[in-house]
Amino acid sequence: MYKIEETTQLADRVHQIWIRAPHVAHHAQAGQFVIIRIDEQGERIPLTISGVNGDLVRVIFMAVGKTTHHLASLAAGEHVRDVAGPLGRPSEMISGGTCVVIGGGVGVASTPIIAKAAKDAGNHVIGIIGARNAGLLILEDEMRAVCDELFITTDDGSKGTHGFVSDVLKTLLAERKLDLVWVIGPAIMMKVTSGVTQPFGVKTFVSLNPIMVDGSGMCGSCRVIVGGETRFACVDGPEFDAHQVDFNSLMARQRVYTEEEKVALERHQAAHCGCEEGGNHHA
Amino acid sequence: MLDRKVNERIRDFHEVALGFSADEAILEAERCLQCKKPLCVTGCPVGIDIPAFISAIAAGDFSVAATTIKEQNMLPAICGRVCPQETQCEGACVLKNKDTPINIGALERFAADWERERGFSAEQKSREQTGRRVAVVGSGPAGLTAAAELARRGHKVTIFESLHEAGGVLSYGIPAFRLPKEIVKAEIDQVLAMGVDLKVNYLVGRSVSVPELLAFDAVFIATGAGLPGFMGIEGEQMNGVYSANEYLTRVNLMHADQFPVFDTPVKAGSRVVVAGGGNVAMDAARVARRMGARVTLVYRRREEDLPARREEVVHALEEGVEIINCAAPIRLLGDGVVTGVECVTMKMCGLDGSGRPTPEPVADQTFVIDADVFIEAIGQSPNPLLIREVSGLSIGARGNLVVDDDGRTSIGHVFAGGDVATGAATVILAMGAGKTAAAAIDRMFKEQ
Ligand SMILES: Cc1cc2nc3c(=O)[nH]c(=O)nc-3n(C[C@H](O)[C@H](O)[C@H](O)COP(=O)(O)OP(=O)(O)OC[C@H]3O[C@@H](n4cnc5c(N)ncnc54)[C@H](O)[C@@H]3O)c2cc1C
Ligand SMILES: Cc1cc2nc3c(=O)[nH]c(=O)nc-3n(C[C@H](O)[C@H](O)[C@H](O)COP(=O)(O)OP(=O)(O)OC[C@H]3O[C@@H](n4cnc5c(N)ncnc54)[C@H](O)[C@@H]3O)c2cc1C
Ligand code: SF4
Ligand code: SF4
Ligand code: FES
Repeated sequence: MYKIEETTQLADRVHQIWIRAPHVAHHAQAGQFVIIRIDEQGERIPLTISGVNGDLVRVIFMAVGKTTHHLASLAAGEHVRDVAGPLGRPSEMISGGTCVVIGGGVGVASTPIIAKAAKDAGNHVIGIIGARNAGLLILEDEMRAVCDELFITTDDGSKGTHGFVSDVLKTLLAERKLDLVWVIGPAIMMKVTSGVTQPFGVKTFVSLNPIMVDGSGMCGSCRVIVGGETRFACVDGPEFDAHQVDFNSLMARQRVYTEEEKVALERHQAAHCGCEEGGNHHA
Repeated sequence: MLDRKVNERIRDFHEVALGFSADEAILEAERCLQCKKPLCVTGCPVGIDIPAFISAIAAGDFSVAATTIKEQNMLPAICGRVCPQETQCEGACVLKNKDTPINIGALERFAADWERERGFSAEQKSREQTGRRVAVVGSGPAGLTAAAELARRGHKVTIFESLHEAGGVLSYGIPAFRLPKEIVKAEIDQVLAMGVDLKVNYLVGRSVSVPELLAFDAVFIATGAGLPGFMGIEGEQMNGVYSANEYLTRVNLMHADQFPVFDTPVKAGSRVVVAGGGNVAMDAARVARRMGARVTLVYRRREEDLPARREEVVHALEEGVEIINCAAPIRLLGDGVVTGVECVTMKMCGLDGSGRPTPEPVADQTFVIDADVFIEAIGQSPNPLLIREVSGLSIGARGNLVVDDDGRTSIGHVFAGGDVATGAATVILAMGAGKTAAAAIDRMFKEQ
């Protein structure tokens, strides 16, 4: 059993929790993830490690389906059954260059830990974080603290640049030499944004989020096509060279269980006083 | 030993083989000749004193029988169920040529069940502790056996398991209708009761670093052969396409058959095609039958070449699995979701190294089977994750760890055994390897 030490709602449907999991915390590096199972009936779901503090690891997630709604409803002091990790390969790093760490939506969760690793490796670090609107923007202060420069975009212009993270990236690419870029967010955002760096030949990583089961290379559920080859995101990734990734098949595979996910969520909500947004019933 | 009726058993995941009653067990045990030089024992990789336990059953001393078995085998209810006895102990029994061999597996199962149902007489933790620390990586049959043997000798054992449950293939792969999960759990609990520490959710190489691992006084790597192969045919990326490992894990470990009470889903499909011909393929096909689908299994060689245990093939056929021999999938049809499997007929050519015919496609002889789920059960190889990270390990051609007769790898205090060393094999061979390595580790400690 792993104790939840602290919970915070960061934005609409976006939650942050700190869990006591020493074996994960002591080994976690940028770019890695955990697999959480809430209880005996639970599904194993992957979430990026977005911070470490002593024996605690932080995950930030959006309540989208049954498991993430359930997780959002847990309060500090409660427990989850399993936390496995850290899983996946740590982010590849360079030193002495200019790195750009881009996050969109809840994908911003992964950015501070990567930005910090890039900074620690002696790079000039630029952050670009975006959201649909100002209310959905997360981790601005943390990113500001770790990055040398930080840009903010919102789709509706309510904060920072009016537009997409890819717009800021285009401007940067035109102005200066970039050495390494990370783009993390919904698959479609990663596809579009990493497409921007391709003509410039700038090495770009994306963190892929296919559906997983074991996270140890045993099932092949997480297979993705990279450079025309089948790779397992849980052990060969989750970060891959963006310009080699077949995003369309990733997006199609993420939809395998759409019907079942709906059933599970409706059943969960019917059992939990019908709160729509994963409210904190236990508090 | 009787099986449950087909029309009953394909509706649930309860055990198919019913097991002996006490009277049946005694009758069967009385047939044993109590050979002076028992050949059966030479066929058992863990060396159970088979005549001794059988004579105890014949005498009605079931508890003595169970204790005798457990001196050599900590997982008897499991082995009694899943050992390929026809090629192990029973294959060596002298009665094989005259009569039918003694049904050793069923007797072992009977004694183990009898004892478990009455509450185990758990073996006491060895009181004399040596202070030596051993890390066991992986909690499948190889790891569990090594752990039990080492704990018995007073060493402090920690098993690291990446999944949330121990057992390896026993838990995630072999379906409950062949191996009930309560039995797996009960036998594992017995190993743990010997003072073995189990840490689940630890992927060694990630949750435990290589230097931390090598800091143990000895290491036993038993990570199995869990890496699923894919055929590499067109359409494999579509929805509805599974490796047998994924399909079986979703059902056996995550209980997708009970979705939505359990959260993990699986596509049951109405028309399932399984590719392969081994035990794994049979298991996937029989699970798919229980999930309510029509099931066709496609195998590239002839029926007599099917590598699965005969009993499993018979069970699969009884349960309505259709087997198409001499055919191989070459392409999956569908638009994002699989709708059909295009196969080609195979003809048998010269013999390969294992004495089986080499299948070759007959150009133009193709046909399509409708399918909404396609499961690939074409073989597994050792999971490379950890063994690639430990530098200095010698790795064989099939990605397996190379070990000597004692299970020792190219690093002095690192041993390995089970599927990671042999490639996909059997529960009992994995257990035998765990035992051998444990004995060698113990000797190493004594010599130090
Ligand atoms: C390596 C990795 C890291 C991840 N990190 C984070 C993170 O830090 N924060 C976060 O909010 N989410 C993250 N995800 C996605 C997260 O795992 C899913 O949101 C979660 O599994 C949904 O579970 P659910 O039961 O709540 O929703 P479900 O009912 O299972 O699904 C609801 C919706 O989410 C989509 N979905 C389901 N599973 C996944 C999945 N594995 N990946 C992507 N989409 C999925 C479905 O297509 C559906 O639209 C990560 C995924 C991976 C593979
Ligand atoms: C579907 C199926 C049916 C089978 N049926 C039979 C049968 O009827 N009879 C028979 O005798 N054999 C059968 N087999 C084969 C048999 O199960 C295996 O040969 C046996 O389980 C091998 O044991 P093992 O201990 O070497 O590995 P496994 O049982 O594979 O266990 C390895 C364990 O190590 C864990 N692991 C892997 N890497 C790491 C890591 N880095 N850190 C921590 N943990 C790790 C895995 O999660 C797993 O739990 C079957 C196999 C399958 C897949
Ligand atoms: S463990 Fe397996 S091989 Fe040995 S006696 Fe029992 S059934 Fe036979
Ligand atoms: S070889 Fe057969 S008959 Fe002889 S002791 Fe073994 S089981 Fe009994
Ligand atoms: S999640 Fe099973 S292999 Fe990656």
